[in-house]
Amino acid sequence: MTLRLTQALAAALLLFVASATLLPLAALIQQVGQLSVVQALSDVWIQRVIKFSIWQAALSTGLSVGLAIPVAIALSREPRFIGRQSLLNVFSLSLVMPTLVAIFGIVAVYGRTGWANGWLQQLGLPEFNLYGLNGILLAHVFFNLPLATRIFLVALDGIPPAHWRLSSQLGFHGWTRVRRLEWPAIRAQVMGTSLLIFALCLTSFAIVLTLGGGPRATTIEVAIYQAIRFDFDLSMAVSLALIQLFIAISVLWLGSIWKQEVPMAFSSLSAQDQWRPKSRLRSLNVLIIFIASGFVLLPVVGLLVSAIDPAFFSVLKAASTVKAFVNTLLVAISSAILCFVMALGLLLIARHCHYRLKLQRTSQAVRLLGNVILVMPPLVLGTGLFLLLRPYADVFSLALLLVILINALLALPFVLRILDAPIHQQAQSHDRLVQSLGIAGWSRFRLLDWPTLKPAAGLSMGIAASLSAGDLGAIALFGSDRVTTLPLLLYQRMSSYRLQEAAVTAVLLLLTCLLLFTLSQWLTKSRSKDVNP
Amino acid sequence: MAHSPAFKRTNTLLNTWAKRSALAFVFSALALNTGLALAKDTLTVYTYESFTSEWGPGPVVKTAFEKTCDCELNFVALDSSTGILNRVQLEGPSSPADVVLGLDTNLMALAEDTGLLDVSEVDTSALDLPIDWTSDVFVPFDYGYFAFVYNTELMPEPPTSLEALINAPDDVKIIVQDPRTSTPGLGLLLWMKSVYGDDAAEKWEALQPKILTVTKGWSEAYFSLFLNGEAPMVLSYSTSPGYHMAIDETEQYQAAAFDEGHYLQVEVAAVLKNSKNKALAREFLAFMLTPEFQTAIPLTNVMFPATDIGDDLPEAFTKLITPAQTLLIDTATVRDNRKAWTNEWLDATTR
Repeated sequence: MTLRLTQALAAALLLFVASATLLPLAALIQQVGQLSVVQALSDVWIQRVIKFSIWQAALSTGLSVGLAIPVAIALSREPRFIGRQSLLNVFSLSLVMPTLVAIFGIVAVYGRTGWANGWLQQLGLPEFNLYGLNGILLAHVFFNLPLATRIFLVALDGIPPAHWRLSSQLGFHGWTRVRRLEWPAIRAQVMGTSLLIFALCLTSFAIVLTLGGGPRATTIEVAIYQAIRFDFDLSMAVSLALIQLFIAISVLWLGSIWKQEVPMAFSSLSAQDQWRPKSRLRSLNVLIIFIASGFVLLPVVGLLVSAIDPAFFSVLKAASTVKAFVNTLLVAISSAILCFVMALGLLLIARHCHYRLKLQRTSQAVRLLGNVILVMPPLVLGTGLFLLLRPYADVFSLALLLVILINALLALPFVLRILDAPIHQQAQSHDRLVQSLGIAGWSRFRLLDWPTLKPAAGLSMGIAASLSAGDLGAIALFGSDRVTTLPLLLYQRMSSYRLQEAAVTAVLLLLTCLLLFTLSQWLTKSRSKDVNP
Repeated sequence: MAHSPAFKRTNTLLNTWAKRSALAFVFSALALNTGLALAKDTLTVYTYESFTSEWGPGPVVKTAFEKTCDCELNFVALDSSTGILNRVQLEGPSSPADVVLGLDTNLMALAEDTGLLDVSEVDTSALDLPIDWTSDVFVPFDYGYFAFVYNTELMPEPPTSLEALINAPDDVKIIVQDPRTSTPGLGLLLWMKSVYGDDAAEKWEALQPKILTVTKGWSEAYFSLFLNGEAPMVLSYSTSPGYHMAIDETEQYQAAAFDEGHYLQVEVAAVLKNSKNKALAREFLAFMLTPEFQTAIPLTNVMFPATDIGDDLPEAFTKLITPAQTLLIDTATVRDNRKAWTNEWLDATTR
């Protein structure tokens, strides 16, 4: 590839991501003419909403990340037990469960009449009250602990075998090993992961409202929904969206003060090496893994129990189910591929800026760009996109394409986070060598980048695909009955009182996500040892 | 079939010297045909998601109407009734919609204010609603009452009035929806307002300890919580048990009749002023009141039909509660006060 072509492609990608995320907002701003940011900020109620949004997001982030560290370490120290990979895959399901389904599962286990309270009662312990800050935190940890664990686990897997061996020879055990080896690897990921989770919790909507127990627990996103849907006050909606964006960017800026120390690692080209020194506290590892799995898996089991019914298979065989299943696979796989390509492109641009052009700030800005979508309220994005596209195209006939595109953009922050570490480590250790040897372009990617990226690629594609499979937002925005996916079918069945069928659809959706995960993992697995770079 | 003369003619022409002009002729003929078909025959109806789903009224209505009109009925499904209104507001006079279907009594004044709707010119004498119908813009197609649905296994003796519910012991738990994000939620807000007027805030405060949680929408409340056994009572419609009795064949879920009466919701449709198929659109509005449309309503939309359909009303629907009184605040008052009342509710429940 010539340099010029590469540059053109890079520019096109940046322009595309920037316009897809920011132009809808700009279109809305242009439409409303005048903003009401000051009016919004001077409203006492809005002030409370903003404070609450930040508070619950910060707490949720602290808990999710704090708890994920020991879980990731325990899992990393137990690299080979039967069903480990399946456990990790099922673990990731919580992230992609449609809210409604997740609430169902959480309530079945932790609700007033849930299993957990039954057990507590038998032990003579006081009842656990789900509704309130408790419920919000529990649900957010349920969604995000597995995400953080998986990201940290990738970081831990990136520690070269030589370091493990050295640490073993030096007699590092328990806490010393955490401090000298594991924490430095995780540390590099902590800030980025926290920011990702903070943004997710900041914009949480139905979870906060439903499990928060009432209007006291309201996020900015609720106020935005109210402004658009009930008041058709676009000016207020855009102002609130800008406030949300401002908060997220401020937090991001605060985060950048924390020095990102990339572990000084020779990125292991044979990342498949799973050797770990013996852990002395195996029973502690097992206990941590057991508790974490129970916490995440029980709600899934709760859902399964309710869906098992004589009619299970007849619902699966229904024509509408099959059609929705095929559409879901199509959307998920296309947007995962699109997302992966975009993420890779952005990261390669960021890498070039960082190591060759020495433009650290620009490199950060490029990565930030891919994350903006996280705090863009879906209704604002949808309304803005609608306004943008309407003069040029029939939005309804583009529905499928738009859904794929939006889902790819929505998964971008996750994929960026997962691919960032390996690319960074690679460049850190090899960039000078690569430059002096004159390896560039496709051969660099094939020989050096891809082997390092492979394990992370599997995970990121799996997450992107299942996020898209489970997403309802994008499809509901454009209102077309031409494309029915499983989440949409789930909602349709539910609102037509077909509740049993809805439960079966929910289970099928989870199985689909599991399938996508397994598939992407399988596709990126090194099947033979002779793939020697 | 309609194309065969054109093809015959093409064949003979192809045998002559003018191959090129023949092809051009075929293409332009085809283009003209499809062009005419689109311009003449498609009626675009904006509605909400569940109306068009496989189990909603949409498919039945489409088949029945297309038989009478020699046209194509095209539903565009939006996420909610407010979503429908938002969409036509965004599109303004150039909206491709001919009909909006699925707005309700609470949104009528707002919708009329946009100036985008036209008079219906439909004879509404067949209507059989609990109220007199006066609007000449909106045509009702079904109605229902908001009601608390209870699980008879968890709550053998439900409260018999709003007042009794408010004064019930605090361990009686109910699930309601948020008036800022959901139609039934707004319904309860107006229900409380029409019963208690200026004392509504105080009553909300008294009701607060009984409210287990306030959900974003009906689905979270009904499916994720209520049917999961989380609370014995949920805010829904008086018609919900009709579905459970007729299709699920269970009497476990019933609606509690309240002495003060129940708040009414009438669902309506209207024709757009800038519709290019206004005659057809009006034909559709009139069609809504025919038995073909009305008999589909009870079991597909789980609401009462807007006209008397006699014995076609499923038996389960005859067992539903009949409110002692029908409560309804007129649409203009709702438009003018909704925001203030929502804020009053917010203050009362977050105090």
